[in-house]
Amino acid sequence: MTIDLTVNGERRQIDAPVTTSLLEVLRNQLGLFGTRYGCGLEQCGSCMVLVDGEPVYSCSREAGTVAGRSVTTIEGLGRVDSLHPLQLAFLDEQAGQCGYCLSGIVISAKALLDRTPNPSRADIVQALDKHLCRCGAHQRILRAVERAANTMRNGRTA
Amino acid sequence: MNAPTLPTSLVENPRLDRWIRFLPDRTVRIATGKVEIGQGVVTALGQIAADELDVPLERVVVLSGDTAEGPDEMYTTSSLSIEMSGGSIRLVCAEVRAKALDRAALRLNCSPQDLSVVDGRFLQNGADSGQDYWTIASEIDFSQAPTGAAATKPVAAYKVVGQSVPRLDLPAKVTGAAFVHDVLPDGVLHARMLRQPNPGAALQSLDEAAIRRAAQGELEILRDANFVAFVSPVEGVAQSAAAAAPAHATWSNARRIEPPQQEAAWLKGQASIDRTIGAAPAGSPTKRPFQITVSRPYIAHASMGPSCALAELKEGHLTVWSHGQGMHPLRRNLAAVLGLPVEAITARHLHGAGCYGHNGADDAALDAALIARRLPGRCIRLQWRREEEFGFEPVGPAMLVTLHVDLDERGRPADWTTEIFSATHVQRPGMGSGYLLAAEALAEPPPEVKPTDPPEERGGGGTRNAVPLYDVPAHRILHHLVVRPPVRTSALRGLGALPNVFAIESLMDELAARAGEDPVAYRLSILSEPRARRLVADVARRANWSARGPAGTGKGLGLGFARYKNRAAYAAVVASVTVQESVRVDHVWALADAGLVVNPDGARNQLEGGVVQALSWTLKEQVRFDESGIASCDWQSYPILRFSELPEIEAELVDGAGNPSLGVGECTVGPTAAAVGNAVAHALGVRIHDMPLTRDRIMAALLKA
Repeated sequence: MTIDLTVNGERRQIDAPVTTSLLEVLRNQLGLFGTRYGCGLEQCGSCMVLVDGEPVYSCSREAGTVAGRSVTTIEGLGRVDSLHPLQLAFLDEQAGQCGYCLSGIVISAKALLDRTPNPSRADIVQALDKHLCRCGAHQRILRAVERAANTMRNGRTA
Repeated sequence: MNAPTLPTSLVENPRLDRWIRFLPDRTVRIATGKVEIGQGVVTALGQIAADELDVPLERVVVLSGDTAEGPDEMYTTSSLSIEMSGGSIRLVCAEVRAKALDRAALRLNCSPQDLSVVDGRFLQNGADSGQDYWTIASEIDFSQAPTGAAATKPVAAYKVVGQSVPRLDLPAKVTGAAFVHDVLPDGVLHARMLRQPNPGAALQSLDEAAIRRAAQGELEILRDANFVAFVSPVEGVAQSAAAAAPAHATWSNARRIEPPQQEAAWLKGQASIDRTIGAAPAGSPTKRPFQITVSRPYIAHASMGPSCALAELKEGHLTVWSHGQGMHPLRRNLAAVLGLPVEAITARHLHGAGCYGHNGADDAALDAALIARRLPGRCIRLQWRREEEFGFEPVGPAMLVTLHVDLDERGRPADWTTEIFSATHVQRPGMGSGYLLAAEALAEPPPEVKPTDPPEERGGGGTRNAVPLYDVPAHRILHHLVVRPPVRTSALRGLGALPNVFAIESLMDELAARAGEDPVAYRLSILSEPRARRLVADVARRANWSARGPAGTGKGLGLGFARYKNRAAYAAVVASVTVQESVRVDHVWALADAGLVVNPDGARNQLEGGVVQALSWTLKEQVRFDESGIASCDWQSYPILRFSELPEIEAELVDGAGNPSLGVGECTVGPTAAAVGNAVAHALGVRIHDMPLTRDRIMAALLKA
């Protein structure tokens, strides 16, 4: 079955059963490994991607349901040599230890900042509360999102 | 002159080229047996090498966990990497620098004293000599054993050590592929397991047709006695097969677990190996006895990423890629199970999600290797499922700790016995008393071994931090190593330190209350170690301890202190809590003395992470059993601390640069648990002795009070 979708701004054509998980399509067919398998149960957030700008658990999302829609993964935000302000802020704050949860968290933070450019600490906590981090980098992660929000607002007004 | 005592790592890896190589692209490759598990060790070891060699960090490449080219330093455990591997790398780099300058001086017909090193280039009396490490390297015999004779730099000369250098591995982790999970060679086969429910269980029937129907795709089912694997070119097919398989398998000789076995209290009275360590039994009858009993349940490592490994058997040589904590021990353990010589195996470390101890990583590597042996020439990617990681990783053992003290007339402990009930804390194959999991499922499972715990010289297991740092005239430990726990147990960050420190620090608060004294003042009256005193007093000041209110108001402030293993970093923690029906931790102040700190921000990150993880253990976590095994197999049945439950955390290091580096990764867990326990007791006016400090336990404690 052929599925047409847009991934990180590019039109892609996937040949897979429509019930294949979006996570598997992104990783194994498109080579986008930044989206990670954590639980397969929508409980940890490691697999979060944006579908038309909304954060979605890709582990349990059937690929057929995103036909014709636009998917953004961590690779779509920026690469090592062209970092998105969020990625830069996470590095500036050294907001992570093992890093396994980070790409999903950055994706949810992106959705938040797109909607709420000047979020309160409580807004950020609410947006990230569906994500788990086992290393305990939470405080740094919250600071990183605040830092990125500042950068992005200043960037826009500058 | 006597030869200097070399670190164990150098004695066991006596060739310079196991540690250091100068590469043609003007970089220097430093090799370590320790691996990155999110603690930043690769960056910190690079910093040590950069300073000792006088090269910028950008020129240092760290090879970590590689049996083909790197040193064997056993497992990455016990907060020892900076002391052990860092100490070895420092000596090796100093020696190579000295040898290189000697050779360069010969070439330049000058004295080595005329030479200095800048960016790896050798300057003669300040002017470029045209020589550098890379022009000279071919003249150095790197097959020589390190002697440790070259002088290392004084601390005052460090430029990179002591700086908060950003982690070298983090950019990849916020942009894309970064983990062993993300390696997908062309033609790779995806594999999943059906797990033997317990050692000794025998597969009676497997409805392969039903599993194939569920898998809906090309599927190979590999069976070897009680080992069953599903292999497919399509990951989802292998996954579907594995998800369906348990319902289509019947087993005999499955164990039955009774509900009480889930609790630490069950440990008392079980068959155990008993030891007495420390002071002789008290001669005189106790005058003012006091005792306290605390417990911790079974705790999961609960890694964010279920274990994964790749393996490939090519022309008789097996290569395994794993996120385990020690590649050399893994290679030996694989060789033993597979019946191969160790030389026929290469084990290479790739990053994984944080493990916090012995989780499923090594077991997944054996799974992958066993499948690769059946399918030579094919690269196998073996991925554990979430429920498999929760259900089959070894868990941190439950512990029951009773402190019996006899007090002097001033209410200070005059005689102290710590009694510990616990299963083993280390079943790492080759180091502890266990096997790689799948070995149990093969036709000839390994023989049952007598359980052991790490010896006290290595910090102990259940006895870790059982000896208080306070001034106690007589202290002894009664250690009951419970031999048959209901589930497999092994190392979890801190081993016995968390329950033991929780017990000691709970006792301190109870004794202070009996003596009518402030808990901090009471501690300082029996704590003579200067670094410990400074830390306790300092963290109390930061937390505004002098404004601490009366007990029983619903608001509490509590303190916990320990020196990890009584020989690694010191940590003192204060927690403020609000307790209504459940505990809300509002603020945590953590202060550590880790001696010379290589990367202060990295060390603070470790302190913070330890605080958060210990809060989660203390407030929320307990592995649940049903009659067949571990039943808490997802994040709903095994909840951990979330963003919305996070307190404000201030974690700092005191200036300890005058002292040697002390391992920092595990130092905050015990003090944090203790601080929360004491803060909750202060808030409620009544103590909860059993972790986790749940709403049910608070209600029960309040009713009793």
